[in-house]
Amino acid sequence: MPVPISYSFRNLSTRRFTTVLTVSGMALVVFVFATVLMLEEGLRSTLVTTGAYDNALITRRSAGAEVQSAVDREQAAVAEMRPEVALDGAGMRLVSRETVVLISLNKRDSDKPSNIVIRGIGEQGLPLRPQVKLVAGRMFRPGSSEIVAGQSIGERFIGAGIGERLRFGMRDWTVVGHFDAGGTGFDSEIWGDNEQLMQSFRRTSYSSVLLRLQDAERFDVFKTALENDPRLTVEVKRESVFYAEQSEVLANFIRILGLTLSIIFSTGAVIGAMITMYAAVANRTAEIGTLRAIGFRSRSILWAFLLESLFMGALGGALGLALASLMQWVSFSTMNFQTFSELAFSFTLTPRIALWAMLFALAMGLLGGFLPAVRAARLKVVDALRAA
Amino acid sequence: MYFLKLIARNSLRHKLRSALTTLGIVIAVLAFGLLQTVVDAWYAGADAASATRLVTRNAISLVFPLPITYRDRILQVEGVRTISFANWFGGVYISERNFFPQFAIDAKRYFQIYPEIVIPPEQLESFLRDRKGCVVGRKLAQTWGWRVGDVVPLRGTIYPGTWNFTVRAIYEGRDAATDEVQFFFHWEYLNETLRQSAPRRADTTGIFVMDIDDADRAAQISQAVDATFKNSLAETLTETEKAFQLGFVSMTEAIVVAIRLVSFLVIVIILAVMANTMAMSARERLSEYATLKAIGFPPRFVRRLIFGESITIAVVGSVIGCLLTFPVARAFAAKMGTLFPVFQVSTQTVAFQLVAGLVIGLVAAVVPSIRAGRVRIAEGLRAVG
Amino acid sequence: MGTMVEARNLSKSYRRGGQTVPVLSDINLDIDAGEFVALMGPSGSGKSTLLNLVAGIDKPSGGRLRVNGLDIATMSETQLADWRAQAVGFIFQFYNLLPVLSAFENVELPLLLTHLSRRERREHAEAALEMVGLSDRLKHYPSELSGGQQQRVAIARAIITDPQILVADEPTGDLDRASAAEVLGLLERLNAQMGKTIVMVTHDQRAADAAHRLIHLDKGVLINGQRDAQPATRAGLS
Repeated sequence: MPVPISYSFRNLSTRRFTTVLTVSGMALVVFVFATVLMLEEGLRSTLVTTGAYDNALITRRSAGAEVQSAVDREQAAVAEMRPEVALDGAGMRLVSRETVVLISLNKRDSDKPSNIVIRGIGEQGLPLRPQVKLVAGRMFRPGSSEIVAGQSIGERFIGAGIGERLRFGMRDWTVVGHFDAGGTGFDSEIWGDNEQLMQSFRRTSYSSVLLRLQDAERFDVFKTALENDPRLTVEVKRESVFYAEQSEVLANFIRILGLTLSIIFSTGAVIGAMITMYAAVANRTAEIGTLRAIGFRSRSILWAFLLESLFMGALGGALGLALASLMQWVSFSTMNFQTFSELAFSFTLTPRIALWAMLFALAMGLLGGFLPAVRAARLKVVDALRAA
Repeated sequence: MYFLKLIARNSLRHKLRSALTTLGIVIAVLAFGLLQTVVDAWYAGADAASATRLVTRNAISLVFPLPITYRDRILQVEGVRTISFANWFGGVYISERNFFPQFAIDAKRYFQIYPEIVIPPEQLESFLRDRKGCVVGRKLAQTWGWRVGDVVPLRGTIYPGTWNFTVRAIYEGRDAATDEVQFFFHWEYLNETLRQSAPRRADTTGIFVMDIDDADRAAQISQAVDATFKNSLAETLTETEKAFQLGFVSMTEAIVVAIRLVSFLVIVIILAVMANTMAMSARERLSEYATLKAIGFPPRFVRRLIFGESITIAVVGSVIGCLLTFPVARAFAAKMGTLFPVFQVSTQTVAFQLVAGLVIGLVAAVVPSIRAGRVRIAEGLRAVG
Repeated sequence: MGTMVEARNLSKSYRRGGQTVPVLSDINLDIDAGEFVALMGPSGSGKSTLLNLVAGIDKPSGGRLRVNGLDIATMSETQLADWRAQAVGFIFQFYNLLPVLSAFENVELPLLLTHLSRRERREHAEAALEMVGLSDRLKHYPSELSGGQQQRVAIARAIITDPQILVADEPTGDLDRASAAEVLGLLERLNAQMGKTIVMVTHDQRAADAAHRLIHLDKGVLINGQRDAQPATRAGLS
């Protein structure tokens, strides 16, 4: 016959100060744990949604990022003429030849520099990316020295606001519009006319070529054809896959650092729970003796104390998650190690993360409460009653 | 003396509890120290910077090259003593995971500008003679088991193709803070290959590094260099080496800030644990405190007993944590390998750790000591522990 | 000899919930120096409260209380602490020894509040322990002593500063017959030979028998009047 659950729960509320402190410690650890997972998830979801599944991105073989890549005109032409490439309503091939460079801009609040991606796009650049929408001003005119910036770049960096000018490649470029890329990597970019940018930077080859496939499932055919062509030294990836891969190093770094920290911190919280539970057992020795004398078995005592500890874990987990969910209002931007450029992302809470956080919290409760509960269960009835 | 005796014995009263609490503090102080050291490691490049070195890069961003012809013109600027240059190679050794920095340099003068890179003279000679040779740092060589004479293949990403280099020299850092994970080879070799395969990219470099005669004139000399190239195709940005390095750090600033915040969070977590321990102990001993007050000891005696015990446990824990930080940091650095070339526990970190321990001991005791000091004797005597 | 304890219209009440609960009402009492009195009464009668007031560890709500001439009802907490240190010795039902200190160190404890040197403190403590018959147990910790022995250590601690008045709250409450008898004998000797005034709260009839005078309380009032009508069972007043 188990000891009623309310016994465990009420004992927690009688010693409020102790319970609050122990639960707070656990909550903070869960907060760190959940926040790290949320950051990693935010990074992944930003980059995974950056590309489209039915778009193919062509770069030079072995180039890790578009900035390092070079695709010359002949190679671009070969790729564009493939039958798998989609056409738009007017019969034009849905292709954008693009140039990607980094420029150093200073932040408005701290005046510290960051590398921002400048992407020269072709006419089809915007249609190929339906997730990007102009939200202020207008699109740049082809053939001009006008550029448009991601809204968050416009807000955070000097020179990227509408009407402001940036100077590079011996020209002044005027920002005429801001776009919202729906929380993808493009939010951290500035776009302009590809031919103009290439002229300005004296380039003769593109960084990459983006195109849409008529049938997304024919991607492998397309890829094999181009990669096996002896005239070409290119690599073909689905746009979504390409950008997802660009998050790997940073995501791994965040995850490993975060998990290591969480495990170390959780040791502290588990110790806190152990101290609390050992004290609970010691203070209620007489009670335990009484319960045993009444007829409850030692296993029930074990469960009763373990439940108390698990309750604390659950409370800590809920509180920590609640705190972590507040982080969703915070945005995070840093240099992506792989692309060397600024990337803004945020903390994303998913049901999976919430589940992991609660399990983590319960695990802490379990570990902290186990040994004390065993001690409680092992008390000899006679000794326990004598302590009264 | 009596007082200390009481504190010491009270601390040892509940051996398991005191041991667990101390363990918690050890872990917290250790984690705090490690995280602060990680932050320090982030700034290692900036800290190792010399006040008499300047770095010139393309004003647009590091991604754009500078013409090699700039070299002679920069040398003309007053105050510039020696000039060399370097291209970031960005190659891959076997897999992307095995990251280490590789530079194509103007060898002879580069090592003059960086005297902290210490190369045995015969090895330097043999490197200068072999245009496909390379100079690698000691830690890097250790990680991969390279010895002088080994051939190291790198897969180019910025400069495509497979490049083979022969290890001709292994350098040591003069100071503890010197990066020993770098890989240098001849710019000449890169350039002559580019002239053949991609002529438009030849005769350029990523950065110029200069040694100047007077550190106080760094700002003026920097401006003079930039003025030389204003309104040309490749405008320059010249800054001190420290500013250059700090530029990198600031790009990943969010991560550094996050790590700093988390390191303080661990202190808060363990503070909650410690406060709990002290509160429980104080509550259990309430009748003893009441007895002391009844006998005539003033409330501050009782308060000091609790503070004393809390601080003793905290200080013991933090001292152990400080001592453990060193071997743990070494193990961590070994594990991280080339990611953190310099990983040193600074004296400032140790000071912070000790202060953190003290703060934990003090703050944890505040509420329990006030409560115990205020205990009404009659009630306290009735309290059953 | 003089009056040691003089209480006039003494009252004490507590606030519980929003209400005021009276514990002692209108107590008028005289205790002479050198008397050995027992406070008796059913549970809730206020006897322990009265003891606490006399000992200066609680403050009255109303009335006047003089102990050895001092008006302790108006003294501040700090003054009371200092006064207790030299004037009052405490004996509790559960001994209230500090478990981390040895018998010797427990006895020495009150002397820390004085300016005596370490050697002087040692002499006093050893003397006190000898008086209670525990010289051979100096280094033992409370957990290593029987109930009776612990109470005797407590008594040694209570007398070490040579206080004028000893207050005892159920001193034999937790002891077996033999130990109780030992402790009571000790108290009697302290009273008879050293002239200590002893105010004792007790349920125990045997303890009551050791006292000169019984004072009864019920529901916070004295059952008998100022000078107890009941004759003392032992002579002893000089």
